[in-house]
Amino acid sequence: MSTLAPETARGQSIAYRLGVAMVLILVMVVLASIVAATRFGQTASDETFDRLLRGAALQIAERISVNDGRVVVDLPVSAFELLSLARSDRVFYRIIGPDGQTMTGYEDLPLPRSNAGADAIYDARYKNTGIRAVKLTRLLAERSMSGQVIIVVAQTTRERAALAGSIATNAVLIIAAAGVLLLFLALLVLRVALKPLARVERAILAREANDLSPIDVPAPQEVAVLVAAINRFMGRLENRIEAMQNFVADAAHQIRTPITALRAQAQLALEEKDPERLERLHRRLYARSVGLGRLADQLLSRALIAHRADTALRERIDLRRVALEAERETRAVSDQAINVDLPDEEVWVEGDAVSLREAVKNLLNNAVRHGAAPVRVQVERREHHAAIMVCDRGSGIPEALAARIGERFTSDGISPDSAGLGLSIVASVAAMHGARLVHRKDAEGFAIGLEIPMIRS
Amino acid sequence: MRRFGLFFLALLALQPADAAETRLPPREGEAQAQLVIESTTDFVIFEPVLLAFQQRHPDLAIIYRELTTNELAAHVTAACEEERFVADVVISSSIDQQLKLVNDGCGLPLGAQAHAGLPDWARWREELVGLTFEPAVTVFNRAYFSRRPPPRSRFELIDLLRESQDFVGRIGTYDIESSGVGYLFAFQDALQASTWGRLVESLGRNRARLFCCTAEILNRVADGRLLIGYNVLGSYAFEHAAHDPRLGIVLPSDYTLVMARAAFVARAARQPALAEAFITFMLSPEGREILSTDMALLSPVDGAERLEALAEDGTADPQTLRPIAMTPALLVGLDGAKREIFLEQWRAALPASPR
Repeated sequence: MSTLAPETARGQSIAYRLGVAMVLILVMVVLASIVAATRFGQTASDETFDRLLRGAALQIAERISVNDGRVVVDLPVSAFELLSLARSDRVFYRIIGPDGQTMTGYEDLPLPRSNAGADAIYDARYKNTGIRAVKLTRLLAERSMSGQVIIVVAQTTRERAALAGSIATNAVLIIAAAGVLLLFLALLVLRVALKPLARVERAILAREANDLSPIDVPAPQEVAVLVAAINRFMGRLENRIEAMQNFVADAAHQIRTPITALRAQAQLALEEKDPERLERLHRRLYARSVGLGRLADQLLSRALIAHRADTALRERIDLRRVALEAERETRAVSDQAINVDLPDEEVWVEGDAVSLREAVKNLLNNAVRHGAAPVRVQVERREHHAAIMVCDRGSGIPEALAARIGERFTSDGISPDSAGLGLSIVASVAAMHGARLVHRKDAEGFAIGLEIPMIRS
Repeated sequence: MRRFGLFFLALLALQPADAAETRLPPREGEAQAQLVIESTTDFVIFEPVLLAFQQRHPDLAIIYRELTTNELAAHVTAACEEERFVADVVISSSIDQQLKLVNDGCGLPLGAQAHAGLPDWARWREELVGLTFEPAVTVFNRAYFSRRPPPRSRFELIDLLRESQDFVGRIGTYDIESSGVGYLFAFQDALQASTWGRLVESLGRNRARLFCCTAEILNRVADGRLLIGYNVLGSYAFEHAAHDPRLGIVLPSDYTLVMARAAFVARAARQPALAEAFITFMLSPEGREILSTDMALLSPVDGAERLEALAEDGTADPQTLRPIAMTPALLVGLDGAKREIFLEQWRAALPASPR
């Protein structure tokens, strides 16, 4: 089960996630608003109805007078009409005279706690129902009478609760409607905002299978990043495919010529009766097939390098080991002696060991084939660079070829025997390592190799 | 001594031993249920509607107990405080006392259909409902007023009492100290208009005679012992006038108070469902028809229209009808202190006079 979760999470659309998040936020906001609305309704309703109670009590207080040394309460009808505005609430009242006796009204109507002060508004229970009551104290200061009259007016809470409920209900309805509307608008906005993605999708789907040109769709910033990434990827893909096509074309071209020559000479050899000339033809056949073998070797080597340039991991390698391995593998196919000249310490560079070895092998092959003995491979430490050089006593590469090192190797009729193919491989390896292909010619002979940025250990 | 309720407590001693009780046996077979009604209305007046209700519930026995308004209020208050059963339905013309009973929690809420058609003034909470539509009218002796117009409004009445000496001792109204309805009408009059003070003064000067009961006033006005009866219950007056041409009726054109007999189902009712069904029936088209035609009680639902048909041409203007609303404002009239103040003013103008 646990493995399912990340998978579905990955599969959810942005619209779905945003939608769920917005619904959650809205639901929370709406719930909070409902709580607030309920409280607000209660408060508003209490204020309204408390005013009625207080108003009624004040009107009654006004009609309390002293007459012949007696306190007289002349209940005003208007006070009760005021209370009747709460249409279906029961009304209770109690008036307590200066002697503490109930003068009129409900004798057992509860008073607030004794510490409530002269005027108070309070909740209580009376006749099995909850009531809200207001207590008012009227001080008498007549010649014949002094003291206080306490007026208590109370009401049941039905209308109050109904008003609170209706205020809250209305508020909640409005909030809920606003919430639904907001949600609807948010989803609409979401759709509009995600439209560029759909446009990119359509643009990609609408393409021809072999169309790898950059996508040109107007897109907002966030999506433009995605489009740029896709375009970069397609660019790389296009380069690779182009390189592959070039390679196939080059290889076909390179191999067809020597094979034709080989076949012609083999045919000549079949018809030749003279043993001496046959012998010569055999030698030539052999030389041709060796050359063809090396050509195939180099083509494959070049394909390998091209492949590794994109895929191989860079690792820390000791250049001395590269030199030793290249020397050993070259010696396996050629009987010429190769000197190795290495420093005592490790020479660390970052790169692909296989590609570097191929490059050095190619250089060594060229030296063995075209240069003059003795051939030497040497590793040097310089200030920021390490160099791996192949030296011989020959005259080196022709100036014309040196100028064109690194160009496509079949642009002219370089023979399989020539150094051009090998050098182009070396140039590729140099490019992939950020290295420089260097060569020098002096009295000692010719030296060619790679200058690679060194890692200080 | 002006405590609220003391007035009822004094009357508590009057247990309704002398109450007139009428038992209606079930129309068929054994009684399955028994509905107890306590009322201030004469049995004969409600008899048609009770019988009609029994027709719908043939196995129902009805006990109808008749009390005065004050007896009824005291009786029900005591029972309510003790949570004791006295009746299923309580009906009284003293709507202030009825309202106080409901205010004190003695009523049961009724279902919506029980008071569906009622106007707002004729109900309070879902407990108290008005059953009738009874205007306070002025009655006059037709023989005396054959040559002159009867007073159409209180202003005309005051002028008439001032101008003529004929009315000394020959105008009657309720004794508001003993008649609940009389007190209710008088108290509402005092609230309605400034004419009240002058009217009471005029009544006093003409030594108006005070009566406990409507019938006494109607009989005296009919036979000429009285010339005018003020603030008389219209239901009784129309009923009387229907078979007594000597009696004339005026709905005062300045304003006409209208009172609805108030009913509620007691909290301790034994048959709350039947009680509610009875009230619903009274307000149903069938019940209204009986109340309006057999008797002139009318109904709050459609009373104003029916009243126009009953009254003499042009005297019943719906604009002048002032129904007494069932609101807690009625409690003021019942307040002991307030009542004392009001009665003092009344007594000052109208000292008790020999009948």
